[in-house]
Amino acid sequence: MSEAILTLAGVHTHIGEYHILQGVDMQVPRGGLSVLLGRNGAGKTTTLRTIMGLWKASQGKIHFDGRDITGMATPDIAQLGIAYVPESMAIFSDLTVKENLLLAARNGPLDSSRVEWICGFFPALKKFWNYPAGNLSGGQKQMVAIARAIVEPRKLILVDEPTKGLAPAIILSLMAAFNELKASDTTILLVEQNFNFVRKLGDTVAVMDDGRVVHTGGMQALAEDNDLQQHLLGLSLAAHQ
Amino acid sequence: MKDTVLNTTTKPEVASLPTAPRDIWPLILVPALALLMLPLVGSFPTWITLTVAGLAMGMMIFIMASGLTLIFGLMDVLNFGHGAFVSVGAFVATLVLLPMHGWMEADSLLMNLTALGLAILLAMLATGLLGWAFERIIIMPVYGQHLKQILITMGGMIVAEQMINVIWGAEQIPLPLPTSLRGSILLGDAAIEKYRLIAVVVGLLVFVAMFLVLNRSKLGLLIRAGVENGEMVEALGYRIRRLFVLVFAAGSALAGLGGVMWGLYKESLTAAMGGDIMVMVFIVIIIGGLGSVGGCFIGALLMALVANYAGFLAPKLALVSNILLMIAVLLWRPTGLYTVVRR
Repeated sequence: MSEAILTLAGVHTHIGEYHILQGVDMQVPRGGLSVLLGRNGAGKTTTLRTIMGLWKASQGKIHFDGRDITGMATPDIAQLGIAYVPESMAIFSDLTVKENLLLAARNGPLDSSRVEWICGFFPALKKFWNYPAGNLSGGQKQMVAIARAIVEPRKLILVDEPTKGLAPAIILSLMAAFNELKASDTTILLVEQNFNFVRKLGDTVAVMDDGRVVHTGGMQALAEDNDLQQHLLGLSLAAHQ
Repeated sequence: MKDTVLNTTTKPEVASLPTAPRDIWPLILVPALALLMLPLVGSFPTWITLTVAGLAMGMMIFIMASGLTLIFGLMDVLNFGHGAFVSVGAFVATLVLLPMHGWMEADSLLMNLTALGLAILLAMLATGLLGWAFERIIIMPVYGQHLKQILITMGGMIVAEQMINVIWGAEQIPLPLPTSLRGSILLGDAAIEKYRLIAVVVGLLVFVAMFLVLNRSKLGLLIRAGVENGEMVEALGYRIRRLFVLVFAAGSALAGLGGVMWGLYKESLTAAMGGDIMVMVFIVIIIGGLGSVGGCFIGALLMALVANYAGFLAPKLALVSNILLMIAVLLWRPTGLYTVVRR
């Protein structure tokens, strides 16, 4: 396994009176796609938000690319090269597709060749380039959200449940996009509940329960072990097929 | 690298997409109201005078209200102390206008405008700086706490008014118009005050400038995105707090400009002038849709025109025309003329 680009060590996060993350230990290897699995309320989204600094870790350390980012402000974390695609997508509805991407391009104007590359697997973006993003369908909004995260090269992309509520055809587009990103050596940490989707994409997997990581390992091993799936996820892969 | 994709001229196919909503109804309201009033007013020259007076008043209110609506939209801050910047702006302007009395009284338009320009510049600078300090000291500790925001900003306004009384005295200060801007010009039989025309021009310039900044610059994109979802703007790597300070200072400077314009319009200043006008300012930003600059512009024009027409046609109705207009608009569109999408 390659060296870790992101390391969480004993991370605790409190939201108000709730103790959500209760000592998360996790490593995300550089390059490839790591998957964070777990039932609803296990702490997956909180983990991503804590990495981004949107919620502050009350205890523990987070290191990214050799730097301690625990307690850093969200914009500073983003500027280190981490992009975030939240579950809500959080696209800017009043802004056009073009403006959404322009905003994400911090380092100047849009790189036309990169935009072409993105539009290669998300053709709808070009089609609706000058339309308010709020008018797009759910799948198209997800495309905008992911395009925004990759409009400039980033070291790590955090993606929260991208397939939620999307049609199978759109999910296939997303799968193609993630495969392209993997091929471009971008590290992706993907939170997902659609095991069938991530089974084909993931290189490594971490499973969360009750605010802790209860399993880490290779995706292939988990995909092939129905008992382990049953034990960790409460569902066998067969149930998803 | 070149931004060729951005400049693509290919028109997207629209068949599969719901038509992009171009909400033109609020835009029609102002000309429709004016045209509707023409037969009711009866006399064309009187209608012209009333309409220009309404537009001028509306533009001045827009200048004062635009900053407040942006501050609310971006920062979710209910700044009941916004009126303080109106008063401070007007009073700071006297630091230039009173010593330059000779320039204001001169028969030269250039000298008049130079004095006025310097006064406006100083007023905007002072209120911008005051706004910056106000945000750092008064607003920052109460972000996300609306009740505390209302109390502390109202407190801030009271303190500002008392400070004005301490520095400039409690007496009303006369602020005559510069010589070149006094009187009216005749358009046929219609008399139009010169200053009102200036107010319309300045208001339009402010609106166009705000429109261009908001729609044609990255700063504007950031502000528009921040109004909708500040957290995501931060996750993209931008420091929204810096944007907050900038917008607060700019909004305060606009209030200062509005204060100078309003003071010259009334030709006198009191410490309470900002507080007095806040009712109208709040009605305008509610009518326009909280956070919407375009809505604020239309709302200000509508309110001022209605007030002027009502004052002429049914003077007793003029007392409640603002409230009636707000009720009518909110019955039609409960979130104001233009809804700002917020997370």
